Order: sequence, then structure tokens, then C-alpha cells
Amino acid sequence: MNNIVEIIKQGLYTTIQDLGRLGFGKFGVPKSGAMDQRSFLLANAVLNNDKNCAVIEWILVPPILKFHGDTVISITGAVCIPYLDDVRYKMNRQLFVKKGSVLKLKKVKNGMIGFVGIKYGFDAEVKLESKSYYPNITSHYRLLKNDVIPYRNYSSFKHHFSSVSSTVFWDNSKTIKAFKGPEYELLSEAQKDQLLNTDFIVSRDRNRMAIPLERLLVNDLPSMLTSPVLPGTVQLTTSGKLIVLMRDCQTTGGYPRVLQLTQESINIIAQKRPNEEIQLKLVSF
Amino acid sequence: MKKNKFEFQYEQYTENAILIKGSSEIDEILLDSLLFYKNEIENYYNKVIVEVISSYNWLLVCYVDVIEDFYSEVLMLKSLYSDDFLKKSSKKRLWKIPVCYSSQLAPELESFAGKKSMTIKELITLHTAPLYTVFFIGFLPGFLYLGGLDKKLVTSRKASPSAKLEKGSVAIGGNQTGIYPCDSPGGWHVIGKTPLDFFNPNISNPCFVTPGDKIQFISIKENEYNDISFLISSGIFTVESIFL
Repeated sequence: MNNIVEIIKQGLYTTIQDLGRLGFGKFGVPKSGAMDQRSFLLANAVLNNDKNCAVIEWILVPPILKFHGDTVISITGAVCIPYLDDVRYKMNRQLFVKKGSVLKLKKVKNGMIGFVGIKYGFDAEVKLESKSYYPNITSHYRLLKNDVIPYRNYSSFKHHFSSVSSTVFWDNSKTIKAFKGPEYELLSEAQKDQLLNTDFIVSRDRNRMAIPLERLLVNDLPSMLTSPVLPGTVQLTTSGKLIVLMRDCQTTGGYPRVLQLTQESINIIAQKRPNEEIQLKLVSF
Repeated sequence: MKKNKFEFQYEQYTENAILIKGSSEIDEILLDSLLFYKNEIENYYNKVIVEVISSYNWLLVCYVDVIEDFYSEVLMLKSLYSDDFLKKSSKKRLWKIPVCYSSQLAPELESFAGKKSMTIKELITLHTAPLYTVFFIGFLPGFLYLGGLDKKLVTSRKASPSAKLEKGSVAIGGNQTGIYPCDSPGGWHVIGKTPLDFFNPNISNPCFVTPGDKIQFISIKENEYNDISFLISSGIFTVESIFL
């Protein structure tokens, strides 16, 4: 039987996400998918779900959700305290939700991106083989108050009191590891030095497409032809501002690709709040 | 060993992606070779790769799993390339794209013609004459990168982008012309509007145009624009095309 979750409060920018839309880049379709894929995978692993089950992703300000049928959920990602009908629980474990329960996430003290996983995943519409929200592909691009998302009932819950220690999964290091990008060697020694020895600051303009970094670099590189880019590509824009492309980024770009973040570092930078400092560190394959 | 027409460079881009680079210029023969190569890679690897994304002078091969041995992968990729594309008959299509060049639908049309010191009729003639080459799709879902804009129409982008160019806007920016497949901010000058959909997320082949195809703009009147819009919304319009 199907049931629904109702959005009581929408939060800042709340979406449905899975691993993303793979194989459609040739049509100019962004990959999308969970911003921090490590916490996303954990949300499904805790529930013993298929790894691509759709979750609710929230950014900085969590939504308030009402579940209209029995199920089991998991809370992962940004560090907060889950409350079900005002009873306090822990993150990173199975939480049994009774019909009519309201989920609130309080005291978001660390990180930026949180996930609400559910047994069997949320039954959102599938477009181009994925449930990840994206403007002009899915019919909604974010969840709003009063929206409802269906899910399959699950009542045969057996209590599990074990939870995963979040410190195991929480890497709060300032270091963001990256490979040399295709245009890295066009930089002068001084530019390379500046790139790898500056404390950059996460901009307030960060979103699902990109994280701009504050502090300018000297940029005298020649313009280049539009070329493929991926999440994690660090572009050096004409003004000298660095932009780290994230999950909803375009498939091609015209700025020099000076670095490419490791998969792990894309997840780490996804959790950085505006004004947090980061340092870029070169690694090799 | 036989010598191929193009030399490619291979570099690892991420844990599970390899970039293949041709020369650094826009070239139609390079495009043909890249698209042929892309096809060979896709056929050979099938389920091992997610996809191959092409642009003017690059292929990006995205693998499902982490690449264990970059050098053996490159050897394999190199073995898949040949110059056979020069002999093979292509299945390229020429698509006829109806565009209404009117001030009602493209408010910047007159100011653009004025800026270029030409009449609107001259502008339309110059814009509808070429067979534009589709190099790749990027920037927005269904946005075609087209080569072949007449030099007389080259115009630098606006200093400050417009907040919204409407879906279907046909525009010029720098030495490029293009069609906005959805509403988007943009710094290009809008000179016309097409009623066609260039991106449909409800079907598995969301864009009817393929890189390597050609397109030509056909000037239509406002009443024709309205008729075609109606046929599209009723689901009974077919875009005219011929095999080249």
C-alpha cells in the first residue's frame, strides 16, 4: 500500500535526490544526485535499501515532515538531533515512524547537507532514469510546503538499537584534495603556488550547481573552447575567482579547468558552510 | 604501423574518467573523427562505461568503476581508433528549423539589425543561408553548439546578461548562434523565436538532433508560428529533415 509524506515546512532548499542522472550528458543533461554521496549512501545502507533509493535532501535549514503511514527512516549528513513527535532520537540509525508522526530536525550544528532516507525509497516521478530534482526535467525543482511524496508502507519493524557513530563518516578537514586539471600546466609557478597555498573561503553564493571560492587569483590565461566538465571540476573564471562545480553543474564549460576534486573531496566540500576555510592540496592518481 | 590522420592526447580526469584531446581548434573533420571514435568506444565498452561526452575537440569517457590501470586503458582506447570514418557513409541529417523573425516575438531584432547597419530582411537572409553544423550539446539540456555563423553577424555578447531569455529564443552571441531550449538567463542577442521543443525529458532520446547533424533556419510568419505551436501542443508536428 502506498502512503505519503507531507511537507509541513519546506526548509531552505529541499529536494528529492538519488545517485543522479547518468548517461544523458551527451544531451546536455546535468548529472545531479545527492550533494554528499557518502552520507546519501549511508542513509540507504542503514535501512538495508538498494543503494540508489531516493531520499529527501535538505540544505542548512531542514524541513518538517509528516508521515501518513508506518515506515522506517534514517537521518544522515549534516549533524542535527532528530525528533519524532517531540521524542529525541539519534542520527545514522533506523527510526520507526508510526502513522501520523511528525519529524523535526533540530540543532543543526555541523555541516550543510542532510538526508532523510526511507525504507524502499521515496516514490517520486522518474525522469531520464532518475528521481533527482532538476528544473525543466522533473516537474518540480524543489519541495514546497504542502507537497506530498508517496512511499511504500513498512510495518514489520524489529527494533535495532545500534547506530553508526557519525564521527566515522564525518570528515571535517580543511584539506580538499584534487588532481591536476587539464589546464593546470598553463598556470605559472606563481599562480600554482597561490592556488595551493591560499586559504580559500566558501562563498555565500554556493548552491547545488557550484561553490564559488572567495579570494581572487591572478588570471592571464588565454580563452579556450567550450570543453567537458564534471562535478568536482575547479574552474578559474575570467575575474580570477575559482568555482568548484557541484552535482547540478552543466556538462560543458569555457573556463580553464585547473583542478579536479577527488570523489571524496567533493563530498567534503559539499558539507562546508559559507565562510568556512578550505585549502586545496594536489594529489596524483 | 599505419599513421592516423589525427593524433590524440590521453589524460586521466577523475578516478573514473579519461579525457581524449584532439587539436585545439574547431574543425569539421576532427568532429567527424571524434564522433566516429565515440561510437567505436561506446560499442566496444557497452556496460563498462557510463557514457562518452563530446565537445569541439575533446571526448570524455566516463567509466562505471574506478580505473585500475590508466595505461592499459589508454592502450585499449588507442586500439579502437582508426581513420575509417573518412570512408564510411554518414547518416547525418539536415533539420529544417522554423524561426519567426519578428519584433513581436524577438524585441531585440530591430536594435540588432540597427547595430549591424543592415535591414531586417538582410539579417534574415544572412542567418537562414548557412547549413549550421551541430558540434555537441551542452550548457543547457538540448542546447546545440552550432558552427557556421556568417561573419557579418558576429556580435559581442551583452555587457550585462538578460535575466530571462524565453524558451525557443534564437540568439547570437559572439561568433555563435543558438536556440534556448528552456527559459534561461543569457547574454546573447535574441533575433527570432522557434516554436520547436529541443528537449523533452519524457522520452529516452530527449533531443531529436545528434552531434554531426546540420540545421538550417527557415523564416516563417507569425501565423505559421502560431499554427506550428498549436500542432506541437497537439502532438502532431514532425520536424522536417533530409538525409545528407
